[in-house]
Amino acid sequence: MSQLFLSRARSRRLYGALMVGLGGFLLLFLVLPFVALVLDGGPESIVRGLGCALTWPALRLSLGTSLISVGLVVLGGTPLAWWLARSRWRSARWLEILLQLPVVIPPAVGGIALLLAFGRRGLFGEALERLGWAPAFSAVAVVMAQVFVSAPFYLQAAVQAFGRLDPSLLAVARSLGASPPRLFFRVALPLARPWLIGGAAMTWARALGEFGATLMFAGNMTGKTQTLPLAIYTALELDIHTAQALSLLLVAFAFALLLFLRRFNRGPEVARRLAAQ
Amino acid sequence: MSDDSVPRLSLAVEATFGSFALRASLEIGAEPLAVVGPNGSGKTSLLLAILGLRRLDRGRIQLGDDVLYDAVLAIDRPTEERHLAYLPQDFGLFPHLTAVENVAFALACNSQAANRKRHRGEAMSWLERFGLGSLAERNPAQLSGGERQRVALARAMASAPKALLLDEPTASLDVEARVEVRAFLAESIRSLGLPTILVTHDAMDVEALAGRVAVLEKGQVVACGPLRDIAKDPPTSFAGKLFCSSKFLGMVPTDSPANTAVVRRN
Repeated sequence: MSQLFLSRARSRRLYGALMVGLGGFLLLFLVLPFVALVLDGGPESIVRGLGCALTWPALRLSLGTSLISVGLVVLGGTPLAWWLARSRWRSARWLEILLQLPVVIPPAVGGIALLLAFGRRGLFGEALERLGWAPAFSAVAVVMAQVFVSAPFYLQAAVQAFGRLDPSLLAVARSLGASPPRLFFRVALPLARPWLIGGAAMTWARALGEFGATLMFAGNMTGKTQTLPLAIYTALELDIHTAQALSLLLVAFAFALLLFLRRFNRGPEVARRLAAQ
Repeated sequence: MSDDSVPRLSLAVEATFGSFALRASLEIGAEPLAVVGPNGSGKTSLLLAILGLRRLDRGRIQLGDDVLYDAVLAIDRPTEERHLAYLPQDFGLFPHLTAVENVAFALACNSQAANRKRHRGEAMSWLERFGLGSLAERNPAQLSGGERQRVALARAMASAPKALLLDEPTASLDVEARVEVRAFLAESIRSLGLPTILVTHDAMDVEALAGRVAVLEKGQVVACGPLRDIAKDPPTSFAGKLFCSSKFLGMVPTDSPANTAVVRRN
């Protein structure tokens, strides 16, 4: 009996050591780079890095283009998601999968695809150029690259949000005489709103961090197409502390976004509880 | 209210959903019809078909002089133009709107001009009519099951419906609330004078609320008739168990006021 007790205690110790050891290893690995990012070189070098000539044009461009991208994604993505979520058409399911593709392909591949479609020699590029519009390697291309890689995040959140709406609520709304626009604007949209905002926030984070597709399709021109991630790449060749300072800017945005999402995620929970009652 | 002032809802529909086939032919007049059957017998599908939320293969649905659906004439009115009041099992109140806003929603749906203030005022008077004036500003989550059902009924009535469809009206309530809600519903159904279909699992609901019963089995209406006949001679084992477990076996009680009207109509 006592031997059983001992072996049980020992196996419990072993279990504890294994769990703490493995988990702790990953935890350290994930946290240490952030520690270095914040502490290395000290605040002075960070301030000096922020004063670099690359910083402000890149920050302005990043904020401007990413916000425009989020706006475009929400504007087009909301109706598309509403249609996808309600469609009984089987092809809609396939379309949904296709629209998730940009999440899993490398962004550089997305950039090549954009170039082949809308570049000067691209499939539609010549037609666009004849209309007097050549988007590649301009600020417009930055937005296009961001929309391409970040839209799936919003679409997925929105399709799920609309798909999760209680079908009997929608049925009741229609039986009461609600026209399609009223059903959408007064019932579906307010009920899905917390998830839509969450999806838009994730889309914004993705657009702000976009690198590969932007580099391929928009290039890396300071003040014109050089967003913060591209500026970090350029700064790395000059001085690592400048790259560090710019990175901290992006980390600060990302962290603020996470805090906002955590606060906001209580929204869906409240809505769920309301719906359950 | 005399019987001829109540429009008739008549339907003969056929539909297939995957491997499930629904085939129903029913007439509903002044006497509320209870549709009973085991889970998966197609009760809710039947309601959704009447609402226009299920694609039908064949048939016709007519409400008074309005043809809601006719496969031959290619008439298929959208749900929002069928003027049917639908109360789902959990009553379907919009959780993001207060009680009065829920009712005002129905009024706004059915008026040409957008006039929030007037709709709100009218919604208040609907709530007061249903004894809910003091609860107007509450969210659905802050209402009891019985109160929620009253708000849902007030909202349904505010949309000026021509028929009433109830899906398991007492299933989501606790036992105590059921008695109260059943009495309230019985009185409402009687005073509204609309053709009423009620889908239920509950023999007490049938006896309190309906005069006629349709028994559904695997998507088919296997029997339809006055409650007394169906209860006395149940056509399926489900109907047998349903009415056997009821203490009113084989007869309609005449002592409760909710039921007197039903009996008189028989």
